[in-house]
Amino acid sequence: MPETPTRPDQQHFFAQLDETPVGVVDSVDESAAPASVWKDAWHQLRRRPMFWIASVLIALIVIVAVFPQWFTSVDPRACDLANSSLPPSAGHPFGFNFQGCDIYARTIYGARPSVTVGVLTTLVVVLIGALVGAIAGFYGKWFDSLLSRVTDIFFAIPFVLAAIVIMSVLYDQRGILTVVIVLGVFGWPQIARITRGSVLSVKNSDFVTAAKALGASRASTLMRHIMPNSAAPIIVYATVALGTFIVAEATLSFLGIGLPQSVVSWGGDISDAQRRLRANPVELFYPAAALALTVLSFIMMGDVVRDALDPKARKR
Amino acid sequence: MAWYVGRRFLQLIPVFLGATLLIYAMVFLLPGDPILALGGDRGISDALAERLRERYNLDEPFLVQYLLYLKGIFSLDFGITFSGEEVIDVMKRVFPVTFQLAVMALLFEGIFGIGFGLIAGLRKGKLFDSTALVLSLIVIAVPTFVIGFVLQFVVGVKLGWLPPTVGSNVNFKTLLMPAIVLGAVSFAYVLRLTRTSVAENLSADYVRTATAKGVSRSRVINVHVLRNSLIPVVTFLGADLGSLMAGAIITEGIFNINGVGGTLYRAIIQGQAPTVVSLTTVLVIVYILSNLLVDLLYAVLDPRIRYA
Repeated sequence: MPETPTRPDQQHFFAQLDETPVGVVDSVDESAAPASVWKDAWHQLRRRPMFWIASVLIALIVIVAVFPQWFTSVDPRACDLANSSLPPSAGHPFGFNFQGCDIYARTIYGARPSVTVGVLTTLVVVLIGALVGAIAGFYGKWFDSLLSRVTDIFFAIPFVLAAIVIMSVLYDQRGILTVVIVLGVFGWPQIARITRGSVLSVKNSDFVTAAKALGASRASTLMRHIMPNSAAPIIVYATVALGTFIVAEATLSFLGIGLPQSVVSWGGDISDAQRRLRANPVELFYPAAALALTVLSFIMMGDVVRDALDPKARKR
Repeated sequence: MAWYVGRRFLQLIPVFLGATLLIYAMVFLLPGDPILALGGDRGISDALAERLRERYNLDEPFLVQYLLYLKGIFSLDFGITFSGEEVIDVMKRVFPVTFQLAVMALLFEGIFGIGFGLIAGLRKGKLFDSTALVLSLIVIAVPTFVIGFVLQFVVGVKLGWLPPTVGSNVNFKTLLMPAIVLGAVSFAYVLRLTRTSVAENLSADYVRTATAKGVSRSRVINVHVLRNSLIPVVTFLGADLGSLMAGAIITEGIFNINGVGGTLYRAIIQGQAPTVVSLTTVLVIVYILSNLLVDLLYAVLDPRIRYA
């Protein structure tokens, strides 16, 4: 073999004919289940530290939301004006707010409404959005034109504005459910567009043609073959959206038209604290940090799942 | 091209009608009698209430009210606010302010988002990239109003670098901080979008071809990578102008700006249907037109896209 000049980074490849015996190629196990998108993604996810950080954080937040009493024995509504704006002391690690309520207890108890609103709104939005998007994408024709225009209409109306109007209409019945309805009614168009696009791209696959040829009905083709294969982008968007819905709830509470004062929530506490930002900044810091951390963990989760599902992002 | 634009304008009509009808219906459903509320505690005489109702068409059924309103719009008569001002005069007063704010926010997120995103994408996996990613996540996660209050307090009050409120003197300097706050979240999205897009395009075949041809690194990046990476970013920015103008409601409240947001908020609380619907209609039109503009820009950015 002639000596070729070698530079750093330069590699030489030689075909090694006898390296891979033909038998190995032939002995592929055909009965093994093929690696599905999800199995593949799980393989990727396991190795990402970001995934584990997000999982642990989300698990922790959900536990705090479900069992706040495990984390504090102080009643968040037991406020004593004698404690107004007191610094941290034993048993009260974050100190007290202006009304003399324990900030730590309020931060812990504030998790439940935020997480509930986030999860329920995401469910509503995915339900409406996926249904509309799937029907528009799958049945096409005038169904598609009609549903796409309706989606456009809801998309064109500014979200915050619509929320303010509806929340003013429902002012007396304010509560977690009304906030969920408002955010849900105006949050679904994005999911509908994503689902429609996803269904359209899957609709003409060979396996759909095969299902049709085998005599599957239209509905079962959609539900059993198309939807599972177009679910990935919906799930990714939904995870990120969950975080943004929590921010939206806090924004409504901040405007005074979200959750009522009787509900201990991060948005309401931030809104109260903002008026006394100069006097007692910690009062704003803790609920805001808790809110940010919650949103952050869901966005991080959506991010890593998207990377894991997207073969293009994996390449390098 | 002309055919495509024409078709898009036709699609605009149902969206316009649907959105205004929906907003009108929602305002119509607002509880309380707006006319009686005008009188406050002192009340209002029956004859006056009757005349006011007639003047604002409030004595008509819902659909007639809406149709009368629509009829007015087509002759550029947007109705009168409850304080007797022409709605169109209100719009002339508040829209320039909010528009200036939104455009400044858009420029901020466009210039810095694309700039930082490009650097992060070129150095994928390095320190700058990871820092930018983490910081952008934090910006997305912290609500706008918290960013607004903290910046207002630190930069405006403590350090005194920029005026903390805007009030009646609307200029570049007073609007700078509100614009940064308003554009903060979108800035983070633009950064992430640009970064992903650049990192993906860097390994594309045409980039390798260009490099192999001997094209300089700066030309490869500026002409080949950036132009191709900007398509999703431009889509986002275009759709964002409308949302920025509507989303300004919170920023305007924090920095005391007399723009669309504050006017809308008051009009909603007072149940002034013509004002709410007119302002919203303009917002919807801005939103739809900027989206149309983006679609046309595609053809400039990506020669493969042609609207025949």
